[in-house]
Amino acid sequence: MKSDYTGYDVLEKWNTPSFDHTTRAVLTARLHAIPQRRFFTEAEWNLLEAIVARLLPQPERADPIPVTPWIDEQLATGRGEGFRHDNMPAMPAAWRAGLASIDAESHRRCALPFVALAPSAADAVLRAIAANDVAAALWPTVPAQRFFIDILLKTAAAIYYSHPDAWSEIGFGGPASPRGYVRLGFDERDSWEGKERR
Amino acid sequence: MSAETPRAVHGRAPDVFRSGGWIPMKDYAQQEPVDFAIVGAGAGGATLACKLAESGFSVVVFDAGPFWRPLDDFASDEQEQQKLYWTDERITAGDDPIALGGNNSGRGVGGSTIHFSMISLRFRPEWFKCRSQLGYGVDWPLSYAEIEPYYREAEQALKISGPVDYPWGPPRGRYPYREHEMNASGLVLARGAERLGIGWASTPLATVSAPAGKSPPCVYRGFCNFGCSTNAKQSALVAWIPRAIRAGAEVRDLAMVGRIEMGAHGRASGVHYHRAGRWQFQAARNVVLAGYAIETPRLLLNSATAQHPQGLANSSGLVGTHLTTHAGPGVWASFDEEIRWYKGPPNMAVSEHWNYVDHGKDFHGGYAFMSQGPLPRAWSQVLTTSRYLWGDALRREMMKYNHMAGLVPVAETEPRPQNRVELADELDQYGLRIPRVVFSYSENDRRLQRHAVDFMSRMLIAAGGRDLWHSEDTSHILGTCRMGDDPSASVVDSDGRCWDIPNLWICDGSLFPTCGGVNPSLTIQALACRIADRMGTLAQRGEL
Repeated sequence: MKSDYTGYDVLEKWNTPSFDHTTRAVLTARLHAIPQRRFFTEAEWNLLEAIVARLLPQPERADPIPVTPWIDEQLATGRGEGFRHDNMPAMPAAWRAGLASIDAESHRRCALPFVALAPSAADAVLRAIAANDVAAALWPTVPAQRFFIDILLKTAAAIYYSHPDAWSEIGFGGPASPRGYVRLGFDERDSWEGKERR
Repeated sequence: MSAETPRAVHGRAPDVFRSGGWIPMKDYAQQEPVDFAIVGAGAGGATLACKLAESGFSVVVFDAGPFWRPLDDFASDEQEQQKLYWTDERITAGDDPIALGGNNSGRGVGGSTIHFSMISLRFRPEWFKCRSQLGYGVDWPLSYAEIEPYYREAEQALKISGPVDYPWGPPRGRYPYREHEMNASGLVLARGAERLGIGWASTPLATVSAPAGKSPPCVYRGFCNFGCSTNAKQSALVAWIPRAIRAGAEVRDLAMVGRIEMGAHGRASGVHYHRAGRWQFQAARNVVLAGYAIETPRLLLNSATAQHPQGLANSSGLVGTHLTTHAGPGVWASFDEEIRWYKGPPNMAVSEHWNYVDHGKDFHGGYAFMSQGPLPRAWSQVLTTSRYLWGDALRREMMKYNHMAGLVPVAETEPRPQNRVELADELDQYGLRIPRVVFSYSENDRRLQRHAVDFMSRMLIAAGGRDLWHSEDTSHILGTCRMGDDPSASVVDSDGRCWDIPNLWICDGSLFPTCGGVNPSLTIQALACRIADRMGTLAQRGEL
């Protein structure tokens, strides 16, 4: 996907007054300390990787923004959003059940495991799940649409858009302490903000 | 960046204004009753602790979360700053289950004011008597005239930056600090309002536009909802806590109060709290709950005894009921101009038009609405959960980030008994029953939101927006231990004193009989200032 902010890299501000020590420490970990698999089984991990590749396809990146490792890390450390719907089990169980149901849905529709699907077939399976067009018997533990939208997709998008490469891609200013911004009005841009090229 | 070991110990507390700094703090004995044990150090509890300590009372205030030093602990990063939220497990239920967690909670000294939007609006005066004067809801046991001096006090303490003339409500003095320069996101609201011929204003904000004490002026970095790393924001941690400690209050961080102890003569005798890995007890002559509208009723219900089988202060059966929230259906549009709504506080422009106009409505109640400035992580979650976008469609839509603007109301909902906080059977890490929050909109709530969405859509189109769509959300939780004049129809009186237990008090958003159409933090702080004054008066009369 082509960015409107080609040539803009948030990380070039690393040694400027837009970055402070605290933020640099947090981003160093995000960029370089990618968690190892602890929570998911190897099969679950591979399935989730295949799903994430459809939710946030990054064919243009040699080094795609990692998503699966951070989902695993959240579940391994028990950090959640702080609430769950009363028709949902606790997060660890919801994730395992939801992934299993997606794979079951793939078998039902395509007679193949999800990881073996071509991109267009994988997208069709996920579109059906997002629309709650599923076989209820394959979703005994979590409601299909709610798991797909409110847990899987919402979590994956949050992780992707917490990565500096995603900030650069959309022209977000990124970290801004202590310098902040000066020019706030319509079509105004500080020199340390990304320039749009349309 | 974990701070999960208590910092406020051994007679000192973190200095919020100095990297690695400390300030001296009183260290009260646990067995010797303090005048007030306050549960929760947010907008209600921190304000009250400050005012009571400055009046000479001995005060210990407990918070379940950490005592942050913003200069050291707050990164410019949405993901990292999720640590500011209350993420202990809760269950959400009802026809319109409320998103909890980051949406409406805080865990840490300062409470949710650490990440609030700083919008500091007064209630419309009639809302305190909305049943008698506007024909809906329920009257408060207070009048605007009684609370007005405390609004002024809170606005002064927070050095609210706002316009010289605020267009709505009775005449008042100018705000303590000048209004901030408007960002493009706010200018969209202004342009739409002027084209539709309604009023708008620079939002009165609790972030300073010029130096105040040790707070530097706001630099418009835009991470306000993720903690202010410069201390421009006048959170309770910055505005009230240092004053409270200087006046002799003790703050105990990472101290989760799990049960109120009942003593002789039907009075509370102290609180049991979990800190540093064990349960401890603090004796107190008065106990004040300021844990916000979920934790406060939860603690009352979890403190049930043989004499109080349905929970403390609950002879009316109303503890946990009449929960209100602010509906927040958002309308969003694309613009030709670059908006770059990540710059500046997220809600710099406001219109309270529909809070103060009563004709032409097919609903009771009101709403303010504000310009918006979501950061990318939060924005991606709006797109995924509202429009179910994923794949290339999501990435393409996110690419419009710098050309988006939107409006979100703070829309009143009706207090109804079936909307409530109750206890689930599941236990948390402390062995306490977790809360279950049940919420459904009424027909009136839905009509109000339809009106808001229609009106805000017209305004965005008038401002030059295109490709409109809308989202759903809520903010704030209020009203679960409401105040009133009648012990059978309320939990506490107009001083926040429980009808059933004379030395048990409540001082937070749970008090609100109705929620009005504005953000609650200024009203919570004004109520806390008033309650502190009333406690002083009652003490002088020997009536505490």
